[in-house]
Amino acid sequence: MTTQDVEDISTFRDRARAFVRGNLRPADSNQLVGPLRNERSDDEELAVVAREREVQRMLFDAGLAGICFPREYGGQGLTPEHQRALNEELDGYEYPSRIQAPTLSPCAAVLLDFGTEEQKLRHLPAILKGEEIWMQFLSEPSGGSDVAGALTSAVRDGEEWVLNGSKIWTTGAWWSDWGLCLARTNWDVPKHRGLTVFILPIRQPGLDVHRIEMLNGSKEFCQEFMTDVRVPDSDRVGDIDDGWTVGTRWMFHERMLTNSPLVTVPAGTTHGGGATPMAAVARDAGRGDDPYVRDLVGEARMLEIVDRELRRRIGEGIATGAMPDQSAAIGRLFVGVTAARMRTIAFEIAGAAGAAWTDDDGELAFSGSDFLMRQVSCIGGGTTEMARNVISERVLGMPRERSQDRDVAFRDVPRSASSRP
Amino acid sequence: MLLTLSSDQELFSETTVKLLDELVPVSELRRLRDDPMGFDRDYWRRGAELGWTSLLVGEDRGGGSIGDHGLVDLALVAYEFGRHAAPGPLVVTNVVAATLSETGHGGDQPIEGLLSGTEMATWCLGEAPPNDRFGNVTLEVREEGDDVVLNGVKRPVESAVGADHLLVTGRTGPGLTQVLVPAGAAGVSVAPMHSVDMTRRFAVVTFDDVRLPATAVIGDAGAADEQVDRQLERAVALLNAEAVGAMQAAFDMTVEWAFDRYSFGRPLASYQELKHRFADMKTWLEAGHAVSDAATGAVAGGSSDAWELLSTAKAFIGDYGSELLHDCVQIHGGIGVTFEHDLHLYLRRHTLDRALYGTPADHRQRLADITEIQERPA
Repeated sequence: MTTQDVEDISTFRDRARAFVRGNLRPADSNQLVGPLRNERSDDEELAVVAREREVQRMLFDAGLAGICFPREYGGQGLTPEHQRALNEELDGYEYPSRIQAPTLSPCAAVLLDFGTEEQKLRHLPAILKGEEIWMQFLSEPSGGSDVAGALTSAVRDGEEWVLNGSKIWTTGAWWSDWGLCLARTNWDVPKHRGLTVFILPIRQPGLDVHRIEMLNGSKEFCQEFMTDVRVPDSDRVGDIDDGWTVGTRWMFHERMLTNSPLVTVPAGTTHGGGATPMAAVARDAGRGDDPYVRDLVGEARMLEIVDRELRRRIGEGIATGAMPDQSAAIGRLFVGVTAARMRTIAFEIAGAAGAAWTDDDGELAFSGSDFLMRQVSCIGGGTTEMARNVISERVLGMPRERSQDRDVAFRDVPRSASSRP
Repeated sequence: MLLTLSSDQELFSETTVKLLDELVPVSELRRLRDDPMGFDRDYWRRGAELGWTSLLVGEDRGGGSIGDHGLVDLALVAYEFGRHAAPGPLVVTNVVAATLSETGHGGDQPIEGLLSGTEMATWCLGEAPPNDRFGNVTLEVREEGDDVVLNGVKRPVESAVGADHLLVTGRTGPGLTQVLVPAGAAGVSVAPMHSVDMTRRFAVVTFDDVRLPATAVIGDAGAADEQVDRQLERAVALLNAEAVGAMQAAFDMTVEWAFDRYSFGRPLASYQELKHRFADMKTWLEAGHAVSDAATGAVAGGSSDAWELLSTAKAFIGDYGSELLHDCVQIHGGIGVTFEHDLHLYLRRHTLDRALYGTPADHRQRLADITEIQERPA
């Protein structure tokens, strides 16, 4: 493609603006809350998902889906700058939040990096049309941070693989379509050398999706149980036993979060988690004039803006090569800690309404249960402890932590009592 | 500091670093500890030759920028001032020079001296407690016939000892008035203060019936609010850049220490407890760079969210920067609180910058005001 083919930013922006204003509804902050609150029935949740698929399709038809995906796979073949312009034009409007992560990144990003031509042609256009929502089959009940310690096994049987095991912490697997799955294909080599990545439909015999009830009653997180699930070898991503090469890149995409140029997120979206406008919390608490509350409102706004600018800097640094890819962990750490602090601030402002509230309490109503779920932002998507390891070891070059699983066959690595054979 | 610089900006920044390394190495900063002015005039003149005082001055007045915006260029200098804990009235002289350039006040005369570095200027803004909250001004500028008369006390005034021109922000009725006062004017007295910084000097400047011709007023009496706001934008942007420079210097020094220092047979950098703290510090540092650059860019570009970004940066860099610097001290252990070690030079500079032109708490209040206005239904 020559440079003449690239639509200039201002034409693109005008086109995006016309589409957004003419076709999309104003943002409903409640729709963005996702799995961290328990305020919707299953039917309501399914309706939200259906609308998001519809919006994704509208974006696709308008030539506004997959801005940075190659054209041959249904994308626009444009630049991160175009994506940023779209994000800015979307500010204040609905967008398909559930299709961004993990579908577009890391799942589609991994397919772009490692998928076969057939896999890309089959799935990427479908993803961009909103027809396929993907989940990461990555974490397992036996260990969250140690993803390379996967126990789910895949055994070759002719042109197929037979998968057995369990994956966990998939958000909304009960309404999703495909999974990107890390499995163990060789138990006789060290852990990083015996893994392989597969893709598989979620709705199929042998794959049971169990919804996990969180402490606040939400049931959006799921656990999957795979019993003799058969996957054709053509649905393998990357080489056999080379799954960690895929996995490393996979986790980079995961840490990029909304920094990734592959995802669409309205520019003004609060990443502090919960999208609660703190001034509205203060107003509903009737404490808008209290200097201490104003201090907290100011702090919340400060953290939102710093988060935004930090993500911008890291995105630019990684794109230009001024920062190593592993710097994505810096953004991940900051947003995790910041989101937790936001919960604390809202809870603090809410006063006793954080403990007991009525349906008339407006923005105060969920501050207590949000506070109970505070640590989710520091756990999901890789814990902040892992991010700190990555920053210190991979960005600052400090010595790696000692581990007991290097240079030994994985079957001989010590395991938790609950996952011993 | 910005991730991407033009080659001209890079060269400019490198030249500044070279001059700072040559003229004010740490040994020189230590020598200047008890110097009444905190630096040699020759040092300042050589910096001015490089462009330290001309970036906010229009080309028609003998100044000029390197890139599109002089403030962005000057922030590069401020950042290096922080990284070197360098002496000199960088912020105040530039604030005054920019205002003189913008308003055309005084013709070529005062600006020439500032551009060449043979003269210095300072800004008298802050006042004594309880009038010391950010933005408070009570000094009285009274109009009497063809004169104005100033009464009040300003503190802390940077480089008041040594400054040739005092830009005084006072009040005439409900509006602000700015007067350019010659340092030797009758009724002006300067009393040195103590300061946390090694080389930056501050004083209490008292204006006791200081009478000047009305031509000393910059613009019109009672009509300087917008000009003062622009000055504050510049001052806060530059202070932020300088504070991030001090954070960077302390962080780099402490990372090096963590690799070099062994205890229990292993380097400090191998302890997970410390690694995780370094990860936090690295995050705050990059966040500081990001928000400082964004704020400077917004001021330079005349963006409507400039104050929101400035206050965000000032509050964040102040609070999280102090955490970073004190954790650097903690990781150094006892040596980190000695005069012999260099770490305190950067701790001092950051601490100074945090407290001047609005504390983090002052700026959080401003952010609350801004947020409230934004979220109020139109």
